[in-house]
Amino acid sequence: MLLIPCPYCEEPRPEIEFRYGGEAHIARSADPTGLSDAALADYLYFRSNPKGWHYERWQHQSGCGRFFNAVRHTVTDRIIGTYKAGEPKPDLALYRVRAGS
Amino acid sequence: MSRPTQRFRTAAGGRIARARTISFQFDGRRYTGHPGDTLASALLANGVHFVGRSFKYHRPRGIMTAGSEEPNALVTILQGRDRQTPNVRATDIELCEGLAAISQNRWPSLAFDAGALSGVLAPLFPAGFYYKTFMGPRFIGSNWLWPKLFEPLIRRAAGLGRAPASRDPDHYVNRYAHCDVLVVGAGPAGLAAALVAAEAGATVIVSDERTEFGGNLLSAFDAGHDGDLSAGVNAHRWREQSLAALAANARVTLLPHTTVFGAYLQNFYGLAERLASHHGSPPPGLPRERLWQVRAQEVVLATGAIERPLVFSGNDRPGVMLAGAVRSYLNRYGVMAGSRAVVVTDCDTSYAAACDLKRSGVDVPLIADLRSDVGGAAIDAAKQAGITVEAGVNVLGTTGRHRITSVLMELGPAGARERRAVPCDLVLMSGGWTPSVHLYSQARGKPSWSEGAQAFLPSDPVPHVHSAGGCAGTTDLEQALRSGAEAGAAAARALGLTVSAEIMTVADPDPVLGSRAGAPVMAPPSADAFIDFQNDVTTRDIQLATQEGFRSIEHIKRYTTTGMATDQGKTSNHNTIALAAGMLGRDVAVVGHTSYRAPFTPVTFGTLATTARGSLFEPLRRTPIDAWARAERATFEDVGQWQRARTFPLRSENQQQSIQRECLTVRCAAGVFDASTLGKIEVVGPDAATFLDRMYLSPLAKLAVGRCRYALQLNEAGFVIDDGIVARLAPDRFHVTTTTGGAQRVLTLMEDYLQTEFTDLTCWLTSITEHWGVIAVQGPRARDILEPLIAGLDISAATFPHMSVGTGEIAGVPMRLFRVSFTGELGFEINVPSNYARDIWELVEQSAERHGGTVYGTDAMHLLRAEKGYILVGHDTDGTVTPEDLGFGTGAKKVDFVGKRALARPDMLKSDRLHLVGLLAEDPQHVLEEGAQLTQAASPANGARADGHVTSAYMSPALGRSIALGLVAGGRARHGERLFVPMPSGPIAVRISTPLFLDAKGARLHG
Repeated sequence: MLLIPCPYCEEPRPEIEFRYGGEAHIARSADPTGLSDAALADYLYFRSNPKGWHYERWQHQSGCGRFFNAVRHTVTDRIIGTYKAGEPKPDLALYRVRAGS
Repeated sequence: MSRPTQRFRTAAGGRIARARTISFQFDGRRYTGHPGDTLASALLANGVHFVGRSFKYHRPRGIMTAGSEEPNALVTILQGRDRQTPNVRATDIELCEGLAAISQNRWPSLAFDAGALSGVLAPLFPAGFYYKTFMGPRFIGSNWLWPKLFEPLIRRAAGLGRAPASRDPDHYVNRYAHCDVLVVGAGPAGLAAALVAAEAGATVIVSDERTEFGGNLLSAFDAGHDGDLSAGVNAHRWREQSLAALAANARVTLLPHTTVFGAYLQNFYGLAERLASHHGSPPPGLPRERLWQVRAQEVVLATGAIERPLVFSGNDRPGVMLAGAVRSYLNRYGVMAGSRAVVVTDCDTSYAAACDLKRSGVDVPLIADLRSDVGGAAIDAAKQAGITVEAGVNVLGTTGRHRITSVLMELGPAGARERRAVPCDLVLMSGGWTPSVHLYSQARGKPSWSEGAQAFLPSDPVPHVHSAGGCAGTTDLEQALRSGAEAGAAAARALGLTVSAEIMTVADPDPVLGSRAGAPVMAPPSADAFIDFQNDVTTRDIQLATQEGFRSIEHIKRYTTTGMATDQGKTSNHNTIALAAGMLGRDVAVVGHTSYRAPFTPVTFGTLATTARGSLFEPLRRTPIDAWARAERATFEDVGQWQRARTFPLRSENQQQSIQRECLTVRCAAGVFDASTLGKIEVVGPDAATFLDRMYLSPLAKLAVGRCRYALQLNEAGFVIDDGIVARLAPDRFHVTTTTGGAQRVLTLMEDYLQTEFTDLTCWLTSITEHWGVIAVQGPRARDILEPLIAGLDISAATFPHMSVGTGEIAGVPMRLFRVSFTGELGFEINVPSNYARDIWELVEQSAERHGGTVYGTDAMHLLRAEKGYILVGHDTDGTVTPEDLGFGTGAKKVDFVGKRALARPDMLKSDRLHLVGLLAEDPQHVLEEGAQLTQAASPANGARADGHVTSAYMSPALGRSIALGLVAGGRARHGERLFVPMPSGPIAVRISTPLFLDAKGARLHG
């Protein structure tokens, strides 16, 4: 079971309090009617699925209820950092320096 | 029958309490042992080796090891009538008064087993038998004989113990714990690590799967005095002092009988603590086991090493044991495992066992070493003890039926080789030692091959995990202690603590000399040279797998089933890998190892489930009306976590009659229905209307206060995922209902959009599902029933038309009243605070009764809505259905909403999409089967495409005939067309119709 630091509660909490929400930074278009069919398909169905660091959404469902983003390694499951929804994608290098790896 | 005595018990020594004798049974026969014995040691003390039949071939098998790695001696423990535990290792069972065990996988008895008859089973079980034999020979084809005769035969022949048939009478508990340092294994390394870490100030948990802490120290020869102390304190005394120091330290928790069965992410460990299984008659109320879930800052893995068998023909006969196990039985339990022992070895550590046996008076005629060149202190010691040592021996086979009687070997100098059969009743074998890297590997460490140690050892450092002692490759006591102390110190320093403890010098009272690495494994393919004893895998199976083209060790493992099941390859992994490497002509390092899966030893389901069983498995949600409905003898159905009243049968009625009566009464007079399970969300805020307008297909921005609207919710892909009623109570306040099952999902989805996409909007979402009890009153007399009870709200047809919402009081209780209908009748839904709902329900029900009404359940509700063609999301829809498919127009709403763009995809506009239609069987008495396929041909050819399927089907009392809803390709343009439902009993002809079967103009609804 992972310990996930909730950026709103500002403390690590056990994974059972959270709900996974898929890849992060896939924004809904401000004007979806202007999307091409290909762009719509991309938005709906295509994900990066990396082997490595993954920016992803979580909801602290049984806690504060807030949605936030985490940077997790898909091989080791290590979470290197979390940040609030709407904040820009953080620089991975900065995280790694801070985490000392 | 006279009671067998413990003929093979030594005169003195060992850690058993000889003063007390306890009696136990094995296969119905009575034996005796002492406290401190395991079932295995007590059986061996009575001369019993043969304790089970093997998994596939039903070969006689004996006790091979003295620990949890035991692959053969699996027995079923019986405790009273209700307690039956299969597949327990006799080496792990602590002897207690009255213990009863039986052998497994034999019929009719252990000694006379039908399945073992001259190996008749062997041809059925080649490597890959799961894929070969179970499929059946090709010529048999779909012949019924195979699945009905042969497969059950195989399944019965191959197996372990039987699962208990009755309910587990015990209870289990769990505990979460946090500690600075978790020490796994309480051998010398683990104890040293715990001492150092605890002294530095860390909170420490020490666990060991055995009752007594000390690991291999307990199996060393204890002369009973301190011996030569010039080299340091005697190791046995050191063990006692260390345990006393740990026990006296309040920061230390000692967990004997506790197996760390799995390592999970971020230093999270699963531990199974056995509390009752070692009590003959456990005190009442004592949980059987406790699950510990431990989060540790630092972990010291001191899990030791497991001796591995040698691979030779007939290496599985009862009486063939691991050398270290024989030594353990002798020194720890005071048991001589035989009277004439031959040692077969390719490493030095087995010489110590031979010397100990000899000293105890066991005849040891020969140490047969497979290595051609042997020498060193261990060998010299054996020779000095008067034991003959032969090098360069080739073991050819063994003899004996239920117990070994001789070993056949080839020995002597080159050119003068001779064959000899050496009579014996015990064989000690040793192929070196395999470090237990299971937990290190589960903690995402990568063991790498060490040529010197002939083993996979921890290499990559895993953050916060420290391997120490035998599992890290140490080979003697001094190394183990130092490695343990260093691991404990490293853990303490990682916690920011200061380490002051001196590393004590300890004298090994009984040093095991020489190499424990073993030689590279070489063995010719043979049908009775066993690699994996528990799964009956031989060298020939490995050969067959490599011949058939398997290269990956993971594939070889699965194809041959070696290292699988409860054993997880504790004694077999190394030999499998080494042999496969030889056969593939590759280095062991390249072949690699298979995954070490949790659990290390089997964990009972009860321990994993702990208290989450029976009514505590999942919370049961009951509505405020539940107790009333039960008193009325309603029948119930599970809907998610809810239980809902399904029917309210009168005394003489069956289920179907009850449904028909309830429906007719609603149509003729009225019905009262408990709709409390409906999901309810209150949406409040200045932008509440805009937000809901974006979340639903239906236009809601301009919904007037006091009005309701039916609303469909789509996902971004344009498919219907939920529906409900949106009611506007005030300009900035909405009461939204969802389906019963969708309540949480819809709230989460709305929260998601509100927090992450529609951040320009201000409103708040609150789940009010359990705040309001909901009583639906439906039928032509609904208004007459309610009017006398209601104050502060005029519900006349003129002022409170269909789709109105208002607040007022019912019997003095505040209410929200909706004029909505899921039946097609004049209808109201009364929302009152849940704790008043039961009282109001009774008032409404009494009033309904005065007007000829009834209460009705979910079955009637389903039928009534189907007569009107109202959909049930998730029943008539399946996540691929669009609003257009259901007949809802989507073009009117110009502003954006979730799913709008996807509705314009070309595929969503095709005319042959599946449309919701009505289906009328030509035989009006025939009720179709939900889920049945619809085809154009009465008897469609194999592979023919269906035109659609039935989603709902009922016998309608109002119409006097059966009705159904379904999804049919292009169905809206095909009303009147004939289709068939091909069923095993013959095709059923149906006509496509409108899904609206009753009151098309809605006169009843608007009454």
